[in-house]
Amino acid sequence: MTSAEPVSSAVATAGTPTTGTPAVALHDVSAGYGSQIALEGVDLRIDAGSLLAVFGPNGGGKTTMLKLIAGLLTPWSGSVEVLGAAPGVNARRIAYVPQAELVDWSFPISVWDVAMMGRYPRLGPLHQPGPADRNAVAAALGRVGMLDRARSQIGGLSGGQRRRAFLARAIAAEAELYLLDEPVTGVDVPTQEDLMALLADEAAAGRTIIATTHDLAAASRHFTTVVGVNRRVTASGPVSILGDPDVLSRTYGGHLLFVGERGVLLDDAHHHDAESGRERHFHDTSGST
Amino acid sequence: MNPLDLVLEPLGFPFFVRALLASATVGLVCAVVGSYMVLRGLAFMGDALSHSAFPGVVAAYLLKGPFYLGAAIAAVGTALAIGWVTRRGNLRGDTAIGVLFAGMFALGIFLFSLIPNYVGDLFGFLFGEVLGIGVGDLVALSILAIVVLGTVGLLWKELLYSTFDPLGAAASGLPVGRLDYLFLALIALTIVISLQAVGIILVVAMLVTPAATGQLLARSFGRLVAVAVVVGVASPIVGLYLSYWINAASGATIVLVETGVFAIVLIGRRLTTVERPVNLGRTVR
Repeated sequence: MTSAEPVSSAVATAGTPTTGTPAVALHDVSAGYGSQIALEGVDLRIDAGSLLAVFGPNGGGKTTMLKLIAGLLTPWSGSVEVLGAAPGVNARRIAYVPQAELVDWSFPISVWDVAMMGRYPRLGPLHQPGPADRNAVAAALGRVGMLDRARSQIGGLSGGQRRRAFLARAIAAEAELYLLDEPVTGVDVPTQEDLMALLADEAAAGRTIIATTHDLAAASRHFTTVVGVNRRVTASGPVSILGDPDVLSRTYGGHLLFVGERGVLLDDAHHHDAESGRERHFHDTSGST
Repeated sequence: MNPLDLVLEPLGFPFFVRALLASATVGLVCAVVGSYMVLRGLAFMGDALSHSAFPGVVAAYLLKGPFYLGAAIAAVGTALAIGWVTRRGNLRGDTAIGVLFAGMFALGIFLFSLIPNYVGDLFGFLFGEVLGIGVGDLVALSILAIVVLGTVGLLWKELLYSTFDPLGAAASGLPVGRLDYLFLALIALTIVISLQAVGIILVVAMLVTPAATGQLLARSFGRLVAVAVVVGVASPIVGLYLSYWINAASGATIVLVETGVFAIVLIGRRLTTVERPVNLGRTVR
């Protein structure tokens, strides 16, 4: 490990006033799978009400970061605090939506039932869904515009509708923290706009949205704050930092082709992990730690 | 002969009535547990665990202990070991299953070969003797059935959520790891219940085939279970009568009825619809 100090960063929330406690705080976190390191020396604060995109190359640790926050992965070292406690303690206030390709879309389950699953953790084994749960599910499906597809099997839905169904599950769960793995990947631009408008509304209502994306264009259009990840946190701050070529080259290891104002991504997986010694630190305005 | 006699005559034999009750109960439990099993991609696990019960059955015979206890210890133990090896080791699930299942079956054959002057029937262990089920067996089987169905009844939501989306379920606080272990134990107990009815080799059909038939027909989990239960309970009844009148092996006849129903539904669907392909379960996790 050639890099002496970890990249420290604090993400300021654009638009909404910051509360005292962050929704998520990672202190010097390293994590990985087996003997393979995926994230190293990560310091990060994410304010409640953030609409945050985690961007970076494939294999750069985006999903790992999401899983750490979700309590699905235990860090090798460092500490993770989620909604003011250790991961898992406030699990019922967390909604995690996996990548679409990890879902078995042939599973015999309706949109209604998917949304109802959001209620299961709070019900517990001894209770069956009641009127309050059905009302919450109906409201959530109405909110995402899927009430008329409630009885459809999920495999019969379009890509955008499938994501709406999972979003309805998060809303029905009354979660405060949404962790979304590639929520706008593989859907067309108008559908992205619709989905992101929903997420922006959820963030405006005080919920914290953390989404991974390898689509820089989508990140720059739809999110208010961003964190770059390539084994380390390479940059964090308001979405405008995506206009900084340094930020992009640091995150993608210099394998970027610039066309006009925006970087066009050449995602070359071969070199990312070897570049950490060369990374420069982005200092955002809030300057914590 | 009066058609009613076809149904009533066998009922004059207590062994036939016991066999009917036992195999219908087995069919019910297998259908419910099998519905989760096929969606979890654990069909191969059912085969593995039934073979793993063999050394327990033989050991129970050697030690003159209860059949169900021996089978349960061996099958549940292997289920938990497979879960543990898969989670802790760097092995894929199917590799762990392959190693443990063959090893346990070999242990069963090994123990069996040690039985001195034993002229008993290996065939019975392997293919079941539902017509030989006694009152005590029926009681033990029913108690185990209530335990398994009660557990699924209590945890149906949690099992469903962790089957459909293990990451989402775990993130929102469900103990997915413990549910996985519990479910493996439920499969093992279901197999123990089924061994006398259909035997080690054919148990997997009781678990998988009715649920697979449900998967062909149902678009919701509730309907999948409903179809599986109808097929799972009706097939042993039809199969037992057929085996009685044809004088064929009962376990095999039951399984053939289930397989026939599955084939008819599959072909019927192909002829009537051109719908989405049916994915018979996910890969072993």
